[in-house]
Amino acid sequence: MTTSTGEAVQFWLLGIVAVLGALGTVAMKKAVHSALSLAGTMIILAVFYLANGAYFLGVVQIVVYTGAIMMLFLFVVMLVGITAADSLRETIRGQRWMAALVGIGFGVLLIAGLGNASVHSFTGLGQANSGGNVEGLARLIFTTYVWAFEITGALLITAAVGAMVLTHRERTERAATQRELAERRVREGAQVPPLPAPGVYARHNAVDIPGLLPDGTPAELSVSKTLRARGQIRDVSGEALESLRELEQRSERHAEGEGESGPAPANGANSANGANSANGAAK
Amino acid sequence: MNPINYLYLSALLFTIGGAGVLIRRNAIIVFMCVELMLNACNLAFVTFARLHGNLDGQIFAFFTMVVAAAEVVVGLAIIVTFFRSRHSASVDDASLMKL
Repeated sequence: MTTSTGEAVQFWLLGIVAVLGALGTVAMKKAVHSALSLAGTMIILAVFYLANGAYFLGVVQIVVYTGAIMMLFLFVVMLVGITAADSLRETIRGQRWMAALVGIGFGVLLIAGLGNASVHSFTGLGQANSGGNVEGLARLIFTTYVWAFEITGALLITAAVGAMVLTHRERTERAATQRELAERRVREGAQVPPLPAPGVYARHNAVDIPGLLPDGTPAELSVSKTLRARGQIRDVSGEALESLRELEQRSERHAEGEGESGPAPANGANSANGANSANGAAK
Repeated sequence: MNPINYLYLSALLFTIGGAGVLIRRNAIIVFMCVELMLNACNLAFVTFARLHGNLDGQIFAFFTMVVAAAEVVVGLAIIVTFFRSRHSASVDDASLMKL
């Protein structure tokens, strides 16, 4: 029995994409991009399951893996997200190269081992799937593998309870009331009045722009803690000084153009102007 | 085309996943690489089922999926708990069982 040409074309096209997705999972710097690459690889694997006659598993792969598990991954990435940037600093020197080398060596061994296998013909699932793939799987699960199936149920229950126990957090003390918080602030003497508001009134009132102190430096406290942690503060203090200088220059130029009694331009670019001022000097 | 190509692909994906587990430091990405390895094994199981002409390989892949789902639930819960106590998802910081 052999496979069709269509299946070969599908294998080579999608196989390359699957490997690229796997490489992307390993190489992408951001966890979200890794998750998306992995989701692509998993969808392609589902297509391969379908091509291999595993119709039930193909659908389960899409529903359970790309649907549930990858969404769970994305959920945790969003939860852990911001500060979970992968540090590119190696804690063990040369560890990355060694790991890549070990990986390549392992892959060569595995693939060379497969190359020695003599698989020239295969049986195919035509007979096994004749009564329907799902029916065939159900017959096996509920006869030969029924004990494993029961144990799996216990495992799933344990996993659900374990996840709840791990992530549940009991509040051990009463939450402080507003009055208590205010009293604590006064007692500690740090920042008794409300925090300063963000924004520079004349030009910007966005929340990511710190208010300016009397000396023109930005007041970090006026921006929310989250934006500060992300480094998303837009500092406009320099901008204000810059525009002030520009304004001064412009008004100076304006005054020069209007008032003829101003000092003569040193370069004498405008000859008429120069003559004028020379006249004034002669008078 | 010989179905053994599926086995080659499976070996390749497994190797990439294993290398990822060794290389990456972010616990979530390490976990994703483990999932990739499990998926590669499933592909091998499904291919073996086709080579041998019976459905036992598919049953094994099915059980692998169930176990992987349970593993993901507990593993991600551990990562979330770890992140809460240490404000980091790096495997380098996980050197102690207790803070």
